[in-house]
Amino acid sequence: MINVQHLSKAFGPKLAVNNVSFTVERGEVLGFLGPNGAGKSTTMRMLTGFIPPSSGRVLVGGHDMVEDPIPAKRLIGYLPENAPAYTDMTVYGFLNFAAELRGVQGDARKKAVYRVVETCFLDAVLHQSVETLSKGYRHRTCFAQAIIHDPDILVLDEPTDGLDPNQKHEVRGLIRRMGEKKAIIFSTHILEEVEAACTRAIIIDRGQIVANGTPVELKQRSDVAGAVCLRIAKVAAAVVSQKLAQLPTARKSAVLKEDAAAVTARVFPQPNCRNGELAVSISDLALREGWKIEELHTEEGRLDEVFRSITLPDTTKEERK
Amino acid sequence: MNSSLANIWTISKRELAGYFASPVAYVFIVIFLLLTGFFTFMVGGFFERGEASLTMSFFVWHPWLYLFLVPAVGMRLWSEERRLGTIELLLTMPITAWQAILGKFLASWLFLGLALALTFPVVMTVNYLGNPDNGVIFSGYVGSLMLAGAYLSIGCMTSAMTRNQVISFIVSVVICLFLILAGWPPVTRMLEIVSESPRLVEIVAAFSVMTHFDALQRGVLDTNDLIFFASMIVFSLFTTSVIIRGHRAG
Ligand SMILES: Nc1ncnc2c1ncn2[C@@H]1O[C@H](COP(=O)(O)OP(=O)(O)OP(=O)(O)O)[C@@H](O)[C@H]1O
Ligand SMILES: [Mg+2]
Repeated sequence: MINVQHLSKAFGPKLAVNNVSFTVERGEVLGFLGPNGAGKSTTMRMLTGFIPPSSGRVLVGGHDMVEDPIPAKRLIGYLPENAPAYTDMTVYGFLNFAAELRGVQGDARKKAVYRVVETCFLDAVLHQSVETLSKGYRHRTCFAQAIIHDPDILVLDEPTDGLDPNQKHEVRGLIRRMGEKKAIIFSTHILEEVEAACTRAIIIDRGQIVANGTPVELKQRSDVAGAVCLRIAKVAAAVVSQKLAQLPTARKSAVLKEDAAAVTARVFPQPNCRNGELAVSISDLALREGWKIEELHTEEGRLDEVFRSITLPDTTKEERK
Repeated sequence: MNSSLANIWTISKRELAGYFASPVAYVFIVIFLLLTGFFTFMVGGFFERGEASLTMSFFVWHPWLYLFLVPAVGMRLWSEERRLGTIELLLTMPITAWQAILGKFLASWLFLGLALALTFPVVMTVNYLGNPDNGVIFSGYVGSLMLAGAYLSIGCMTSAMTRNQVISFIVSVVICLFLILAGWPPVTRMLEIVSESPRLVEIVAAFSVMTHFDALQRGVLDTNDLIFFASMIVFSLFTTSVIIRGHRAG
């Protein structure tokens, strides 16, 4: 539904978005990640037709956003960054206005407003002025505006920003549910959100896409992905690391923690190791040695680690070492 | 076509509701009426003149009153939209920028029209006291409305330039003042003395709202004057659209 081809945007000499291409189909929820200033919002503004690209193009439902903007915009619901809303209106008036501009008429409009009020839990503030809303409620009001015409495509710039934990949970659930029938793209700085709601994620850094894949695929790029973590009760750390080092399936191992009660270690698999093979050989070893295993699991990898390793500038990485 | 009118009307409605949601609209109308009353009766000498006409006592003040009052109405049109960030919502709706510009402009023009219409007691008074030429009065009202529209379109343009309403206000007052002075007799006389070229004076004066408003308030409903104001509105609104596109392009 969304087809972005070689999209670039320059602000003066500065390239905010640099040759970005991706597609989002119906039934997909695409998470958009990246450090501050990476170009997420700028990309979304081009997607929704707010700013024209410097080069490249955006096709929305087959319509070119620059040449044929009206039918393209009709398909999209958009929550801009910081959730702007007219402060001189009531929540009801604002939603009604949005519905009217979206071409929702008469009775259907009233229904649409009450539907989104229910979905976004706005009953309590329905006739309150937008000016006096708390940040979270303003955010929800603007979110409600984005889904008022039940669009095929949703573009959400940090939809859970400023929401309380319950509402965050609610919105993630909503995004996941709506994602079954729509094409959704949303940006976030909260990585759990990606795992909770996305079918795919893109990491963008300094205007360029640096990673594109399912959350599981991305996590596998983590250093620790596939490593086995284990805790053994009442055994000497030296013994453990010596035995682990002798395993043919292990590339290397490290003791993470040791005290009188237990030793915690992480074992990294050989590159040619099959899934789970390392864990099996470790449990065999434990049986032979009579170790008391308190915990044993294969790590999936951590998204925040992947994010950091991909987006930190090389110089910072050096400094950390 | 139908839907574009609907879009314009939707935007106008919101804008008008915005005016009346705050006390600003009422304050504005009261100030406008008080000032017109003051100038007409106290400064313009409506009664002393003993004429059954509104030209010299009532309409003559409008360019000067509007000079401050109209930019005050126009200054928030786009600057507020940019300050709140709602411009991003508005322009990603399935409407054209033109519909948004026109909708907003028409709303504030309508508002000014309403304020102007509320001066009707003056017309009643002059009709009660004498036998004025109501055609001349009508022409004066048309001129006044066009003048307000022209100033307003300039306010629209300056409000698109900045997110600061005060700057928007000042810039549009300056532009409007220039448009008045270019054809104001004291200035044209001065120009004649300085330039010795009646041609130049004529060209400068042609850009003045005064020359055109003057004819209308005297009852000469000349299409040329109406076209002058209309083209000024079109030009300013077009510039507004260029400025808005410029912002979005970055
Ligand atoms: N109108 C503009 N004029 C000049 N530069 C701009 C403009 N808009 C954005 N930029 C620049 O483009 C870059 C990308 O900004 P963008 O807002 O897209 O980042 P982001 O990924 O959304 O960041 P954040 O996570 O902080 O929201 C930034 O360096 C920003 O300064
Ligand atoms: Mg952003």
